[in-house]
Amino acid sequence: MTRFVGTGTLVRLILRRDRRRLPIWWFAQVGLVAVSAISVQGLYDTPQARATYAATVGTSGASIAMSGPAVALDTIGGITVFEVTSTAMIGVALMALFLALRHTRTDEEAGRTELLRAGVMGRQADLLATGLVVGAACLAVGFGVTLSFLAAGLPTSGSLLYGVSVASVGLSFTGVGLVAAQVTEHARGAVGIGLAVLGVAFLLRAIGDVAENALTWASPIGWAQATNAFGDERWWPALLPLLLGVGLAVLAGWLTTQRDIGSGLVAPRPGPPAASRWLAGPVGLAARLQRTALVGWAAGMVVLGAAFGSLGEDVQGMIEGNPELEKVFTQSSGGASIVDAYFGTVLMIAALIATGFTVSSVTRLRSEETSLRVEPLLATPLGRVRWASSSLVTTLLGTVVVLAATGLGTGLAYAAVARDAGQVWFLTGATLAYLPAALVLGAVGVALFGWAPRAGGLVWAALAVCVVIGWLGEVLQLPDAVVRLSPYDRTPQVPLTGLDWTPLLVLTAVAVALTAAGFAGLRRRDLATG
Amino acid sequence: MATVGRVTTNAIEISGLVKEFGRFRALDGLDLTVRTGEVHGFLGPNGSGKSTTIRVLLGLLRATAGEARLLGGDPWRDATSLHRRLAYVPGDVNLWPQLTGGEVIDLLGRLRGDLDPTRRAELLERFELDPTKRARTYSKGNRQKVALVAALASSAELLVLDEPTSGLDPLMEEVFQECIREIRAEGRTVLLSSHILAEVEALCDRVSIIRSGRTVQVGTLDDLRQLTRTTVIARTARPTEGLDELPGLGSLEHHDGRVRFDVDPEHLGEAMAVLGRAGITSLVSHPPTLEELFLREYGDRVERHPEATP
Repeated sequence: MTRFVGTGTLVRLILRRDRRRLPIWWFAQVGLVAVSAISVQGLYDTPQARATYAATVGTSGASIAMSGPAVALDTIGGITVFEVTSTAMIGVALMALFLALRHTRTDEEAGRTELLRAGVMGRQADLLATGLVVGAACLAVGFGVTLSFLAAGLPTSGSLLYGVSVASVGLSFTGVGLVAAQVTEHARGAVGIGLAVLGVAFLLRAIGDVAENALTWASPIGWAQATNAFGDERWWPALLPLLLGVGLAVLAGWLTTQRDIGSGLVAPRPGPPAASRWLAGPVGLAARLQRTALVGWAAGMVVLGAAFGSLGEDVQGMIEGNPELEKVFTQSSGGASIVDAYFGTVLMIAALIATGFTVSSVTRLRSEETSLRVEPLLATPLGRVRWASSSLVTTLLGTVVVLAATGLGTGLAYAAVARDAGQVWFLTGATLAYLPAALVLGAVGVALFGWAPRAGGLVWAALAVCVVIGWLGEVLQLPDAVVRLSPYDRTPQVPLTGLDWTPLLVLTAVAVALTAAGFAGLRRRDLATG
Repeated sequence: MATVGRVTTNAIEISGLVKEFGRFRALDGLDLTVRTGEVHGFLGPNGSGKSTTIRVLLGLLRATAGEARLLGGDPWRDATSLHRRLAYVPGDVNLWPQLTGGEVIDLLGRLRGDLDPTRRAELLERFELDPTKRARTYSKGNRQKVALVAALASSAELLVLDEPTSGLDPLMEEVFQECIREIRAEGRTVLLSSHILAEVEALCDRVSIIRSGRTVQVGTLDDLRQLTRTTVIARTARPTEGLDELPGLGSLEHHDGRVRFDVDPEHLGEAMAVLGRAGITSLVSHPPTLEELFLREYGDRVERHPEATP
């Protein structure tokens, strides 16, 4: 088997390169699953609570679309699976895709594969080595899920079966990643293909589960969920994703023989030979560079918002039947209606997530600088402040779009379930109230860019602090002074409270001042020299 | 701003330029004068401060001390207005991966406001550059061509080129040299930082050689050759006598009736007289090549010629 010569060495190389990345993926996923699994236990420890859950969440189309078939919701194990499964399945699939592509197409595009294959290395050794390491990582995540279920006190056989199901989804998507790596010349395109397959797989099972038809069986995620952990447990469906993964890996191996190194099965298409009239200045350039990211964020936030909005009707029943949950909600709402309290909370969480766009858009300034792409621009009559502010115009408008998309998704979904079209505009407006808060975070990034460009990544830490305060502030019982640091806390939580313009204007002024300070720093400092 | 439009005979005037990055001194009193209308070679080994000097001239870095004038203006304060009049090709051309080469050329041209579409098309043809490929698919040489076409398609009066041909093949190098000659014929000024000495010899009116952030040699290539030794290889009828006693003469070798040595210009006549007395049967003498100049400047012998700095 000369085509696998060197596999062992490559496995060690991958492990060496990913000695931090692999544990981070594992801890992030297992940690998320463990936290939700353990937190679920106390909430549904009585038969009534579980019965209410099964009757409300378990019959909601939106929940089933997100989480899969309602299996064994009268047991705490079934509820735990229902609560964590979208996170676990999507998480392991993403890990498998990204890792598989990182060690195949990304390396090939960078020319590293060529270097290795010129040595004593079999033609398919890199595929096998990647498949082995990523497959093992999926099994490890599955095992971690089992461990966290056992730690939460769930029955052994169901925990084991569910862990195996999660791992099997990862194995399928390892195969998907290996095949996608053969198709395009560039890693970006391959990532796109992988994510599209994941999206379709998730959608097929969502439709199949809601309509209770065979579409579920067209998706590897559907197969993994058909194991019915904690219900009438069956092991054979978990074999299907495993077989799919192995089959795809073999297909990928055959495809490598059908193409040259460095090329894909599909040749890249030529682009425009000249710039359109939109690409005429710094604003046009920034818009063009961020277009794809913006569309992705907006689409993602519409979906997330729709997920939140579609639960708007169920939340009432869900909480009323569960005194534990009711206590949590009425504590924070100060006697407001449960639906208002719900939207007040989820809109803030959605706005915090949407600010991810703002922050990543602002930090682009620094990456444009350190990659030296800004040099030829600034050697034209374009001044540095005009360059930066043009990019920030895109950040500002993009943030408006992403927040509006979030509110629109929430509003449309809630309007549909509540049969109240007025909710569309109301919830969109309520989400846009977080614009000044998001801009403050962005402006922190601009200030860092101007005065401490090397520490620019701290703006992500600032966002993380806001997330912790907003999400866990009450659970952690943080002191008021700390909670008030977050611009999101300063923002009126419409519809939970009324709209008060004063804090919004103050936040806007803070954002403007921080941006101006950042520009002052930018004006006087040296630019990066690579 | 009043000084920007001033008529000046020097496109670039730098004196005593110092740039420090923390404790590291990248430029240590550098001098550079580029006359309007000349092609000026800017030579130095890696890390000697060529790119740093250019970045100061472009207003990307702020000088720690010293004077720098660009087209009669202050390169830091007047950056944007001065940049209307110059075009730049970076040493490391990094482009936006999702844009095509044609889009980048148009963008840079539109920002400067002087893109000539006819010239753009002509240059694309001459450099054999496919403008429909995305920048992420270009090789280093092709990325460099994108930056070159963008700069050469402009009508800027000053071109600042930082090792513009390091990724080009010999055919493209030839095209580049033609373009620079055309630009000089139009009376425009070029600052050409380069590692390729043949290119500098072919193109440059004057050169500045820098080392460790200081200028060590300035002048025309002829001037510089005057400062260094000529190599002489001769055959004589009789053995030569007294060559080894001549001042300013080195690397003397006798081999099979052939004699070879390097000699300072001021002692060349005496050396010739010695050879003449021995009866010259064949004589080859050549001035130092730029390679030799360069190696001498950076070799061990540089310490022995401090007086060479004008």
